[in-house]
Amino acid sequence: MALQILRRLTSTLPVTNITVSATTNTCQQQLLHTTPACCEIRKLARLRVVDNSELGKRAMAEGRPPRCIHVYNKRGVGYIGDKVLVAIKGQKKKGILVGLKQNQKPKQPKFDSNNLVLIDDNGTPLGTRIHVPIPTVLRTILKEKTVAKGADYTKVLAIASRYV
Amino acid sequence: MNVSRAMSKRWAQQCVFNRIVAFSTKPTQHAAAVSEPAAEQETVATPAAATAQPATTTPAPTTARKPIVPSNYRFIYPEFLPDPKVEWRNPIREKLERLDMLDRRRQIDLPEFYVGSIMAVTSSDPHAAGKTSRFVGICINRDRCGLRSRFVLRNVIDHQGMEVVYELYDPTIQKVEVLRLEKRLDDNLFYLRDALPEYSTFDENMEAEHLEEGAPVPVNDIKVVLRPRPWLERWERQNLLGVANIDQYIKDKHRKSAEKVQKPWEKFDMMKQYRSTIPEEEQKEVFAEVHTELHSMELQRKRNKRKRTFVKPKQLA
Repeated sequence: MALQILRRLTSTLPVTNITVSATTNTCQQQLLHTTPACCEIRKLARLRVVDNSELGKRAMAEGRPPRCIHVYNKRGVGYIGDKVLVAIKGQKKKGILVGLKQNQKPKQPKFDSNNLVLIDDNGTPLGTRIHVPIPTVLRTILKEKTVAKGADYTKVLAIASRYV
Repeated sequence: MNVSRAMSKRWAQQCVFNRIVAFSTKPTQHAAAVSEPAAEQETVATPAAATAQPATTTPAPTTARKPIVPSNYRFIYPEFLPDPKVEWRNPIREKLERLDMLDRRRQIDLPEFYVGSIMAVTSSDPHAAGKTSRFVGICINRDRCGLRSRFVLRNVIDHQGMEVVYELYDPTIQKVEVLRLEKRLDDNLFYLRDALPEYSTFDENMEAEHLEEGAPVPVNDIKVVLRPRPWLERWERQNLLGVANIDQYIKDKHRKSAEKVQKPWEKFDMMKQYRSTIPEEEQKEVFAEVHTELHSMELQRKRNKRKRTFVKPKQLA
């Protein structure tokens, strides 16, 4: 991400000499430290929208995935089925985590990306389809989180295409 | 001339002996097969070699008396061997665990598998609609010992890579099938996470492939193509055999740093090897304890398989 920002900066800056910009770029690349990304969903973690909502699709296609800006629990770390607030294309939207990259308990799938489904305040998903498999534990977790006369998160389960 | 006649006599005796021991289990057969060429050599060798003859034949009767553990058990049942870490050893616990593992194996068929085999695990899942879930994937790692032993399956479903960890002796597992029994070139296949998705994509409705009985487990020497960096691990430092294109993506500085961390002397470090493995004598003790049970279970499995494959011919007319 930092590299992308850097590239964008260098492209926007009015640099006349190409060689100069190239040298600065290499210097800064060496200074950058590239530790692997933290697998936990904390604030500023990038996520992947996996439903077919127009907003999510456009954000992913542009290469600007949403960032988590708040996790709605007391731990500050999002686990599967947790509600998060994300910044997506300059808007604030809520979403549910439906697949995590970090290690899971035995028999629960661990995904290659951190998957998110966008919802509105009532728990209604913005899209109509989830195009990746979601873990079966979500059925129990989301049912437990749904309270009467509150947000109904089980609507997310209804648009799932496949369970694992 | 005289010597050669004596040799031929001994040769005939040995042939008879071979025929006797051939009825027992495989290793004796193997031992007989080993002693056979030795005898052949002697017929052409000088008489001085004849003194070596009794030494080669003596081990056979002693092994015939004891229950013989096949040498490949440590690869088929690696979880029966305890963790070599000294602080974690506890002979009584290990023994009890082995009993529990046998108990579990009496209930469920846990087949032989290796890292690189394609497996399907059916487990009961209280969250799933049908209360069971089945996952097909390639085994990318096998670790831990005893009742805690576990393996990782990986698959790509709907363009989404996913991995599931299963504990081998988990009582909620209903069925473990090996769809394709094979090995790969490396001890673990975590690099499949950074490989192109087609290398870890397996059909969920795949049928089990039949491997002939007694045939050696085939080694799949496929070379996986990685996608460009950034990677999850520094694969260039791990001397992987199953990866085709690491050199394509690394620069000179990576190559240099990879060279720096190499430890080519470690393969000569006998003390390290001793600490990280269970010595052969101990392995023999462990497997002597469980061998008869495991062997009878294997026979039972073979019988069941034959039963299942036999199709009653339809009555015509």
